[in-house]
Amino acid sequence: MRKTEKMNIYDRIFRPVQYTLENGKTVSQKRSRLPLILIVLLVSTIIAGEVTGFSLRTLINRISYFFVILGDMIPPDWSYMPRIWGPLMDTIKMSLLGSFIGAVLCIPFSVLCSSNLISNRLVTGFFKLFYSVVRTLPTLVIALIATYIFGLGTFAGTVAIAVFTFAYCGKILYEQIETVDMGSYEALEALGMARISAIRYSVWPQVLPGFISTVLFCFEGNVRYASILGYVGAGGLGIILNERIGWMEYARVGMILLSLFVTVVIIEYISSYLRSKLV
Amino acid sequence: MSEKNYVSTLEKAPRTWVGQLAALLACLALLAWSSSAVQSNSTGGSGLAVARGIISGILHPTPSLLFNLGTNGVPYLLFETIAIAFLGTLVGAVLSVPFSFLGAKNIVPRPVSYLVRLCVMAIRTIPPFVYGLMFIMVTGPGAFAGLLTMSCCSIGMLSKMFIESIEELDRGILESLDAAGCNTFDKIRYGILPQLMPSFSSTLIYRFDMNLRDASVLGLVGAGGIGAPLMFAMNSYRWNDVGAILLGLIILVLIVEWFSSRLRNRLMRGE
Repeated sequence: MRKTEKMNIYDRIFRPVQYTLENGKTVSQKRSRLPLILIVLLVSTIIAGEVTGFSLRTLINRISYFFVILGDMIPPDWSYMPRIWGPLMDTIKMSLLGSFIGAVLCIPFSVLCSSNLISNRLVTGFFKLFYSVVRTLPTLVIALIATYIFGLGTFAGTVAIAVFTFAYCGKILYEQIETVDMGSYEALEALGMARISAIRYSVWPQVLPGFISTVLFCFEGNVRYASILGYVGAGGLGIILNERIGWMEYARVGMILLSLFVTVVIIEYISSYLRSKLV
Repeated sequence: MSEKNYVSTLEKAPRTWVGQLAALLACLALLAWSSSAVQSNSTGGSGLAVARGIISGILHPTPSLLFNLGTNGVPYLLFETIAIAFLGTLVGAVLSVPFSFLGAKNIVPRPVSYLVRLCVMAIRTIPPFVYGLMFIMVTGPGAFAGLLTMSCCSIGMLSKMFIESIEELDRGILESLDAAGCNTFDKIRYGILPQLMPSFSSTLIYRFDMNLRDASVLGLVGAGGIGAPLMFAMNSYRWNDVGAILLGLIILVLIVEWFSSRLRNRLMRGE
């Protein structure tokens, strides 16, 4: 047994169990952390339940009301479909353009984040923090701010989606760049290539398939997100969804949701097919 | 090798430019099509003023809001948001466990798993504010409705990740436990749980992180948390208050993200 191994507080209070084997050696097994974790979880659950007013009785007694609106949505109002096409296409266009802009914008920033390409710790640290801060901003808040700045309409939604994609894909891209095989990069630099072209011919081909796959995955999620953005006036399906909910025309809400669902399934199918070809 | 050999070797390289050109053209066509949607109603030049207002608001947050320990202050609102996100993740996890076992191809027949997956996708497609409205019918406006909304929104992603880890289960371990004479309970306790726990808890921690970030959506429908005050402040152009709330949210999310990524790293390394 190694005596030098550092013991933390938990192991000092609850000593590891010692076993003596047949050949005379002793081994120790650390006590399970499970009780501690369970107690912490239980206490936090109780506190959180108090704060949020969680009550199982209300839930059981009134859960039937949850299905009232859901029941009104079925059957959906098929005659409303012709008026959904426009906003639905807007939603898809918004997420397509937004994903593209965000993905292109994040490339230079991700290069600046990668500690294997940029040796200055200050620069990489600053841009990593920048990404983290942008990622914390909720998409809906960005969309609302964009509607104030650029006016109501699909442009605000496109900006919000671009910002979200920028932060999400950017983080994954710099993590990919940092795990890239640097041998070919060093070889190209040794040949006398400029740093930019060395990145272009050694790092870029290695991260490209993964990056495109990330962007496609992000695009899938963005179509879903874009439908919410209309709630704050940023264009797309959300606008008519909000209107119909306001008028309590739930059959039409059901039709909107159904069309969104079919669209999302189709896009997810295409995108997962493309991604399976890439990686 | 002579120069000619190099050239002939280079000429043997696969010609991918046709495919690349086609992909490029397809991308350009899609972009042109999608750029037709970009339109906005002009704000009449007030956009810049708003942008300036937001930036100065975030730089000068209202201190009375930021350090107020009452129920209207940022600390309490953040605490409530954490509570909503925490319980929402927990309830969502409980709800998504049956979905994920029924959606795993190595446990149920293929048609059943496809049906369950389609069902999960449908649950995922309904936007959060629709859930919010439905749950407000159940519980009335407040944090409880927010919690339930959060849990419904978590089902989609949680089940998807759970299904993946269930499908990666190593059958060999179960067979060897069988050979050693273990009963069903032992097999679950020593064969299945240790395999699933790290990835499940890692997914849960990640989802908690995401829920905390998405909690502002709940404010739109009056379902508690920090979202509602944020939206009110934005709609009434009180940029300093917006700055205070956003600052609190950003700091909280950064701290939680730091902890959660450390925890998940430890879980993945199996300590």
